[in-house]
Amino acid sequence: MAYLKNLFQAFTLSELFKGLGVTGRHMLQKKVTVQYPEEKTPQSYRFRGLHALRRYPDGEERCIACKLCEAVCPAQAITIEAGPRQDDGTRRTTRYEIDMFKCIYCGFCQESCPVDSIVETRVFEYHFENRGENIMTKQQLLAIGDKYEDQLAKDIASDDPYR
Amino acid sequence: MIEMIEMILAIPIVKILLGIVSILIPLVLAVAYTTYAERKLIGYMQVRIGPNRVGPRGWFQPFADVFKLVFKEVIVPTGANKVMFLVAPILFFGPSIAAWSVIPFDAELVLADVNAAVLYIVAMTSIGVYGIIIAGWASNSKYALLGALRSASQVISYELAMSFTLVGVIMTANSLSLGDIVAGQSGHIFTWYWIPLFPLALIYYISGVAETNRAPFDLPEGESEIVAGFHVEYSGTSFAVFFLAEYANMILISVLTALFFFGGWLSPFQGTFMESWFAWVPGMVWLLLKASFWLFGMLWLRATFPRYRYDQIMRLGWKVLIPVTLVWLVVVAVMAKTGFGPWYN
Repeated sequence: MAYLKNLFQAFTLSELFKGLGVTGRHMLQKKVTVQYPEEKTPQSYRFRGLHALRRYPDGEERCIACKLCEAVCPAQAITIEAGPRQDDGTRRTTRYEIDMFKCIYCGFCQESCPVDSIVETRVFEYHFENRGENIMTKQQLLAIGDKYEDQLAKDIASDDPYR
Repeated sequence: MIEMIEMILAIPIVKILLGIVSILIPLVLAVAYTTYAERKLIGYMQVRIGPNRVGPRGWFQPFADVFKLVFKEVIVPTGANKVMFLVAPILFFGPSIAAWSVIPFDAELVLADVNAAVLYIVAMTSIGVYGIIIAGWASNSKYALLGALRSASQVISYELAMSFTLVGVIMTANSLSLGDIVAGQSGHIFTWYWIPLFPLALIYYISGVAETNRAPFDLPEGESEIVAGFHVEYSGTSFAVFFLAEYANMILISVLTALFFFGGWLSPFQGTFMESWFAWVPGMVWLLLKASFWLFGMLWLRATFPRYRYDQIMRLGWKVLIPVTLVWLVVVAVMAKTGFGPWYN
């Protein structure tokens, strides 16, 4: 009986037509494509993109050169040199660099930071045009932080209840 | 002036050349847009939207592809037989174009009205495999050679089933001429040969897909096992020629399916009360519509089915398609002898 059923299926090509039906139905479905530069998918407030160094509202930089981020960084992308600042003698970074080619965007630096200084913004559309540009300096990182401060503060606040 | 143009047009060779051009240019355009349709359709079946960046809705995509290929370098591999390597695409492309010369687009619209057109077409579609074998051998690459071997054995296996189905058509039409075959189907939609020759029509189409090395029978290319098979070493224009020939073959098989089994240029409304409504539609439109349907089927098959395993492909060809065809040929012979239905009398 099973043999006959198999034979019947083989000669009517019923299973092939079933398969064609599946693709035929999908052809008429609404397409799921997101046309990227024009359309974008929604982003989580925990999105980890381009790095930034933040400041306090009074303009003082948050980073205290504790080097926790440098220590935790699994890709060893962060290089920090610390020293007392010229005018008031507080401990600050004299050099804070992230090699964006080494960075794996794990977010550990942000997790480890006791003063919410190093953070990852939601920006993911950036590129480098020359060699060496992949190493982001302290000035660049601070500038990024200034540019996206409003968004960053909001994102960190929304994440706060879960910590 | 007008007399002179008429005089030039009256020269037989000019007439033939004009005919060739008026088949070739639409054919090449059709090939270009078949590639576009394929990408778009497979995209749709995978719930994507396919190419849509070049020109409005991606309509210029085929031209972008062609320009890209033409401007690329034709690389001849070390140790390859250079002459054979460059001749192979032409040997593959030539027959697939040559077969078009006997295709009747309408009752009178045919470039060469050969009375043994079926034989000619069988010859032309089989000769294309030489191009594949030479390409595989001349490339000096093991993957290309494996692809060529696969192609040769596959084409030989399916050629048999394909030609046998045509025997059924010839027995029904009592003629080797394509014009007579279509004329013999005239009447209404049920006097087309797909009713008495239904299994043969199906087998013809399936072997046609196998013959043109299309999915799910695309083992000669088999990109998951042998990269791109026989044309793995080809690039630029020489690759484009292979591509062109494959799609020209696909269109040819679709048109032939329509001609042999689905009434060619005959209107599907013939013999019904709607016949006069559609009397103004030229026969070529019906032929092209039917061919487009079968071409669509080929793309649909590619979007649906995974590739056969090699032993399965051989089993299907030798142990299913050929026996079924042989049995049905006996049925056709009995029907022809007893004058069965409206088809045999």
